[in-house]
Formats: sequence, C-alpha cells, structure tokens
Amino acid sequence: MTTDLLERPTPASASADAASDEQVLVTLTVADQLCGIPVLGVRDVLGEQVITRIPLAPPEIAGSLNLRGRIVTAVDLRRRLCLPPAPPDTASMSVVAEQGGELYALLVDQVAEVMTLKASAFERNPPTLPPSWAEFSNGIYRLEGRLLLVLDVGRLLAIGEGS
Amino acid sequence: MDDLLAEFLTETNESLAELDVALLKLERTPDDRETLSQIFRLVHTIKGTCGFLGLPRLERVAHAGESVLGKVRDGVLAVTPDIVSLILRALDRIKAIVTALGATGAEPPGDDAPLIAALDEAAEGRFEMAAPAAVPAVAAEAGRSREPAPPRPPEEAPPPAAEPVAQTIRVTVDVLEDLMTLVSELVLTRNQLLQLARTQEDSAFTVPLQRLSQITSDLQEGVMKTRMQPIGNAWNKLPRLVRDLARDLDKKIELTMHGQETELDRQVLELIKDPLTHMVRNSGDHGLELPAERRAAGKPEVGRISLKAYHEGGHIIIEIADDGRGLAVERIRAKAIANGLATEAELAGMSEGQIQRFIFRAGFSTAAQVTAVSGRGVGMDVVKTNIERIGGTIDLKSVAGAGSTFTIKIPLTLAIVSALIVEAGGERFAIPQLSVVELVRAGGGSGAVIERINATPVLRLRDRLLPLVNLNELLQLRPAAAADAADSDAYIVVAQVGATMLGIMVDQVFDTEEIVVKPVAPILRHITMFSGNTILGDGSVIMILDPNGIARATAIGGGDHRGALHAATGAQRTEDRTAILVFRAGGQQPFAVPLGLVARLENIERERIEASAGALVTQYRGRLMPLVPVSGSVDEQRERHPVLVFADGERSMGLLVDEIVDVVEERLDIELSAARPGLLGSAVVAGHATDVIDTAYWLSQAWRDWFGGRAGETARRRILLVDDSDFLRQLLVPWLSAAGYRVTATASAAAALKLRDAGVMFDAIVSDIEMPDMDGLAFARAVRGDGIWSGLPILALSAREEPRDMEAARAAGFSDFAGKSDRDALTAALRRCVAEPAHS
Repeated sequence: MTTDLLERPTPASASADAASDEQVLVTLTVADQLCGIPVLGVRDVLGEQVITRIPLAPPEIAGSLNLRGRIVTAVDLRRRLCLPPAPPDTASMSVVAEQGGELYALLVDQVAEVMTLKASAFERNPPTLPPSWAEFSNGIYRLEGRLLLVLDVGRLLAIGEGS
Repeated sequence: MDDLLAEFLTETNESLAELDVALLKLERTPDDRETLSQIFRLVHTIKGTCGFLGLPRLERVAHAGESVLGKVRDGVLAVTPDIVSLILRALDRIKAIVTALGATGAEPPGDDAPLIAALDEAAEGRFEMAAPAAVPAVAAEAGRSREPAPPRPPEEAPPPAAEPVAQTIRVTVDVLEDLMTLVSELVLTRNQLLQLARTQEDSAFTVPLQRLSQITSDLQEGVMKTRMQPIGNAWNKLPRLVRDLARDLDKKIELTMHGQETELDRQVLELIKDPLTHMVRNSGDHGLELPAERRAAGKPEVGRISLKAYHEGGHIIIEIADDGRGLAVERIRAKAIANGLATEAELAGMSEGQIQRFIFRAGFSTAAQVTAVSGRGVGMDVVKTNIERIGGTIDLKSVAGAGSTFTIKIPLTLAIVSALIVEAGGERFAIPQLSVVELVRAGGGSGAVIERINATPVLRLRDRLLPLVNLNELLQLRPAAAADAADSDAYIVVAQVGATMLGIMVDQVFDTEEIVVKPVAPILRHITMFSGNTILGDGSVIMILDPNGIARATAIGGGDHRGALHAATGAQRTEDRTAILVFRAGGQQPFAVPLGLVARLENIERERIEASAGALVTQYRGRLMPLVPVSGSVDEQRERHPVLVFADGERSMGLLVDEIVDVVEERLDIELSAARPGLLGSAVVAGHATDVIDTAYWLSQAWRDWFGGRAGETARRRILLVDDSDFLRQLLVPWLSAAGYRVTATASAAAALKLRDAGVMFDAIVSDIEMPDMDGLAFARAVRGDGIWSGLPILALSAREEPRDMEAARAAGFSDFAGKSDRDALTAALRRCVAEPAHS
C-alpha cells in the first residue's frame, strides 16, 4: 500500500534551497547510517511494497514495483553501498526519485523526516571515506550527536555505467 | 459526407491554421529556413491530397502557391511582405473553398485565374516589378489591404459559422494517458475491495461490488482500446489513391496489403499515415514503369506495390515494396554531386546502399519532371523526419530492374498484446501470444517426454525434434541441478521465432491476458531476454519475455530469416533443411541419419544386451527389441551403448552406435550412391563428409518384413509422394533423393490435390493405396479424371501384390506397382514409369 508522507515540494522550499545557505533533505537510514536526499529529487515515499524480481538484472536491482500504474525500478541501497543484506523480516521503505523520465525506488530501512540544514554544518567527504561510499556521497552534515551523509541520487542510479 | 473528404477537411483546417501562424512568423524572420520548409511542406501536403480527392480548383491554387514557395525556398525569390501577402491570398482562397466544401461537400464554382496568374508571375520573378517591395516587414495586414483584388470574394465565402461537420473528436494523447493511469489505479482499488469483500460473507456490498468490478473491467478495456487502432485504418484510403494514381499516370498498378489487423498506438499511427501515403505515391510514380517499359523488360504489365505490417521483437515492421525499376544509383550519384551533398571522391568510397540513402536527404528529388503527384524534393526527407520523430528507423533495399523495398521499424512502446502468463522458479512472466504456437505438457502421465542429447533437452513433437530451453536455467532462477530434477514434469510453450521453432520449458501456465507493453528501465535494457514489462490486472509487475532474444541467447536462430514453414502445407521438399543426427560407429568416420526417423535415443547397459536365436535383442518397454550394431559387432569393453530407436506402429528396433555426436540442421544433399550395403551415400554434414545410413537396410536386418504392414513411396525426376505414414515419408524422401529424384511428399491425397490445383507439376506420382479419408484408388481416379496431372504416370505402392488388388488399381488409373520393401523394384518401376511418357 502506498503511503504518501510528502506533498510535492512547494515553491517555498525551492526558494529556500536556492538561497544555498540552507538545504532541505529527506533523511533516511540504511544499516543505521543516517543519509539525506535533496527533497526536490524525491517524488514519493512508500511503505512496504510487493517487488517483482527481475532475472539477470544487476544485483543492485531489487526488482520492479507498481506505483499507481507506473512501473518503478527498485534499487537496493544496501547492496549499492556494499552493505550486508538486511536481516530477514526487517520492514523496508522506499524513496522514489526520477531520473531521465524514469522512476526509481531506493529501498532503505527507514525514512525519517524532512530537515532543513544550514550550510555551516556541511563538510566535504573525508578523504578516508571508502571509495564505495565516497562515490555516492556529496558530503556530510554534522548534526547533534550524528553525522548525515548526503547521497548523490544521480550516481546511485548510474548502475552498470562503470564507476 | 465521404469519410476521406471529412478527414481531408479536418486535416486541412489544421494545416491552414498552422500556415497562418507560420507565414506571419516568416515575414518577421525571413531567414528562418525551418519555418519556410514547414510552410512548403504543409502546402505540398494540401496539394497532394486534393489531387487525389478530385478537387481541381483547390489543387490548382495550391500548386501555384507551392511554385512560389519553391522559388522562395531555393533562394530565387526573397521573402518580402508582398510575397507573403500573395501567399496569404492564396491561402484565403483555399480556406474559402475548404469552408464551402465542408458545408456542401463539393467545390464551389468560382474563377481563380487572376490569382493563379499573379502567383505564376511571382514564381517567374516578375512580381517584383509589378509591386516593388518597400513595405516594412511587420505590415502584413497593411500589405494585404493594398491588394487590388479582395482576398475573399463574398460570393464564394459561405458564413464562417458553417464549420465542417465533425465525425470524430480529437483528444490529446495526454488526456488518454491520464485516463489510463486513473483506470489502472481504479483497478487496483477494485481488487483490494474484492479482497476485503471475500472475507465477509453475505455482505450487502457483494452485489454492487460485482457490478463495480465489471464496469471497471469494461472501462479499462475501453480506455486501452482508445489508444489502439489497426494499421488498416491508415491504409484504407490507399487503394483509391493507387487507383487514381494509376489512372493519372497511365500505369497498371496492383496494391496488396497484408497485416491490416496489426494494432498500433493511435499516436504512432497518425504520425506514420502521411509518410506511408507519400511512400506509396512515390512507389507508383517513380518506382513503377509504364506498361510498355515493363513489357520490354519482360515483366508483367501490372506493377505491384505491396504493403506489409507485422510485429517483430517489440517493434512493428512496415514494408512497402514495389517491383519497379529500382533506384537509379547513377542518377542519385549525379544529383548528389549537383546538389553539393557530396563530392565525387566521397561518393567513390560509398557502397550502392549508401548512395541510395541519399534520397532521404533534404532537398533531394530525382524525378526529372515535376508532376502534380510528387517530385519537388519534399518526400523522402519528410518521411524520414516523421519516422525518426517517433523513434523509428527507415531503410531501403533496391535492386536495379527488380524494385525497391522500404522497411520502416517503429518501436512498440504502447501496443497492447495478448500474452500468455507462465511461471518459472516462482516468478511469473508474460510471453506474447503472437509467437506462441502451442502448449505441450511433458511428463505427468501425458505422452510427451523430455529427452536429452548430451544434456540438451529436446522434445519429440509429432515428426520433429523440438529444441528446448529451460527458463529456470536461462534466467538463472534456480540452480541447474534442482531444475534438472524438476523438468521431467514441465509445460512447454512452443514458440515460433522467425523460421525456427523453440520450446520454452516453464513450471506452470496460467491464463492469457491483454497487456500494455511498457519499455523496461534503461538500466535493464541490456537484458535481451525481455521485450518490456507490464502491470497485470492484479496490480503486479511482470516481465515480458522476448522469444527472439531467448533464441539468440541460446543460439537457436537469429530473427533475420523469417519465412513460412512448409509444415503449414504438409509438403516437404528434399531441398529443405532437415535435422540430421550425426553419430560414430566403429571408427572416426561420422554417420548421419535424418532425425525425424529416429524415435528415441537410449543409452543401454552392456548387460542388457542379450542374444536370442543368433540375434542381439534387449528388453525394451516390456518387449523384445532387436538390436543391430552398425559397426558389425558389439564393443564388449563399453559399459553403455547409445542406441537409436526406430519405431513404426507397434514395432521398434535399435541401432547400436558408439557415440552420438550432434544434431545439425542442414540440407541433405546425398552426393554419391554408396557401394556398401546399409549406406545411402555420403553428404556434407557440418562441414564433414558423412555417410548417410540407409535406414531401410538396417530395419530389414532386424525385421525381414518391416515394410509389410505400411505403405511407402518413390519418385524420379520430379516426384510427388503421397503416403500417410510419417515414417515411410521420412524414409523414402532421402532414399529417392539418393536415386536422383526431386521429391515432394504429402501426407494425404487431399493435400496432393491441393498442389495440383495450385499448378505444381511433377513427372510422376507415387501413391500409397491404403490411406485414411481418400484412399489411393480414389486419388488415382481424381488425378485421371481432371486437371493438369491427368496424363502423369502413377505408381502404386503396395505391400501385397495380389492379382485382384492389382486389377483394381489398374482400373482406378495406376500405371504400375512396386512393393514397399523392395528398393530395387521400386526404382526400376519408377524408371519405367517416368521413361514411358517421355517417349510417347
């Protein structure tokens, strides 16, 4: 079943983003790591879905799902980030993003909230970040008590294009 | 009102509205070549269409207007407000005529001579002198008001309220797309409701819910249908167009159309309609020759244009072929140089095909004469642009003197297809029904058994071996070992891929469903096994299998060669390719036998080979089966022996061989008659000289009277063989080929008579006597009674040669007899038969 947590981004949030000293992110967790995706790139947030497996697809592709009559390709974020698979019976959620006119769902453990973050808390990737993560990270926000990784959706979805 | 006319009016009104805007834009930016080309094409289309509808007034005005535009496009005339005004005047006249047409269905009377004269003068460049262009570019309206003649003579302009009667409504595809999405959503919700209702019995919701469900299904179907149209809709005005074209050009043209029912997305259809019309027109005008030229070239007077449409591997292919003169490469070459499209040096390095493709370049036309039909250099470039706009491709093949074929390939992004839903490895897949020939259940008590040749599964399907592909293995759904154990009890989807057949093994077969093919996400396009994906009625996403891709992945056959299987007519020529089993026995020399003759392949243990009355036998399926070693002796060292089992009716025999090498599909041309008994001769199979075994010899080694119970046949030069026994047909065709005859075999007298009625000629007929339906005697009487075969010798094949039977056969019209089991006698009888009429 579809759960819409988000309305489409309003012009107000767009202008906030444009101000560039603030960034609005949808935060999510994958294997306990807090990550964020720019809210403008998010089309939908979904709860647990029935996913059809696609034989012979790259391992990162979890399958495809039906989002209100559109076929959405699901990408397993854990696999994409070279993390171990989720323990069985873990509920999963997904964040739907659009790329080149196609919809993709990023499977994550939990979608948390929408946060507005100040540019002053932003840092580039530490050079020691493993390449498997650095490739998909645009940088890091220092939050109170946690660090938030900003994911590059474009790179995440460039599966099989050589990295 | 005529449908054609109504359509023309709708189209023309749209074009005119576009033209107004475009012309005014051109006036502001006279250097805008794109707008100029657009205007030119629109006017050209109007002119072209009204020519065929018999609207001479409209055509003359449009033609004159087009001439002026042509000069402008070629840079001979500059874009001045006066020129634009003049064109606008012509357009106003066209509008007035079109409006009247819509109201009355006929062209109104009126005199266009002054307007045409003005246009012609302008085209010849004399306009400038008559009205110097010094007016600012923006003054289009002013320019018009200065015209001496009022653009809209009141007597020929009916009230503007008289719009053409609309028979159809045009709806943008976006609206349909939205509807489609909404309906999909509705279906899902309906399904959820049904699920809920199922848990509650006697609910008051049950009945209304059922109605809702029905209506939802109907609605879904309706919305899906709105997008689809058979391609025939775009073709239905072509016969008339061709007829008129033939009359105008004094040519004789026959138009044939195949695949009208091929469904196409509406939007795609709209976009290819004009290109198709254009191409057919071109074929008739440029491609086909005049009757006299055709006669001189030794062709039938009537030229042929054929249109074909079919689905192939997720595309729709449309072929437009003519049997005309073909493209003149030399003229294209000269024209390409003259138009500066290429230099001589560049052309020298190009193949004929590349040069021919110049006709797709803008501003290219080889027609020496500009006619009302075509030939102003719009045409193939417009066609190409339109096709590429919808993601299609166009290619051409042309042979000088034999004609040209244009092939348009359009992606099947939205086509609805009927698909068979199957399951393998716990996943469901859709297989387009178009390529599914039949379903076979293997194992589980049914007769069909999956057999293996070197671990490759095959299925005996009637008289052929069908290569099988295990979907579980192909898609890596389940480990191969697990699949092996399970596949003895499988469903087999027999699919046709081009000219080859392929069996796809699946675990389960469900229903067929109408599906909307959606392309897969770009990151999955490299998986050629799928042609798309879709959402089923229950809301689940499912992948659509592409039998072409599967065949390619398993190297069974490319999609390149298509063609009807001869199986459809029941006739089989010796020139055709045959599946041949290659094996070794006693040495490295390969032997071959037509696979169709082999009933089963077995691998039996040495201890199961027993001796009985001096002959080798084995217990096989509860009976004793004689075994004959090809090499003459049994190799005692071997643990197991491969055996080729031949069976006919109740009887079977086994041929002991050393090793089964391969099954190849090749033409079996037996080259030499072998001196050694047991061999028919040798043939080249898979690149090696291979001995083809004489099955009859080996069978008679096992059973002296093998041919006692059934019928056989023979042939000579061109021989027709009629026999209902698959086995004997398979046996005799290579046998007779080896004796130098070309053999066509049919399984029934009725099929044979069909060949006669189709005008196929032979030198002799060999027929069995005992056959179901029409027996040999009745067949002989039918042949003697009527038709082109009445004088042919007919040879009877019989097992018993009782004088009474022979008499009956002679009375029915048979010329001679031969026993089925005696190869020499059969050959001798044939030789007599075929020789006799040659002398008489």
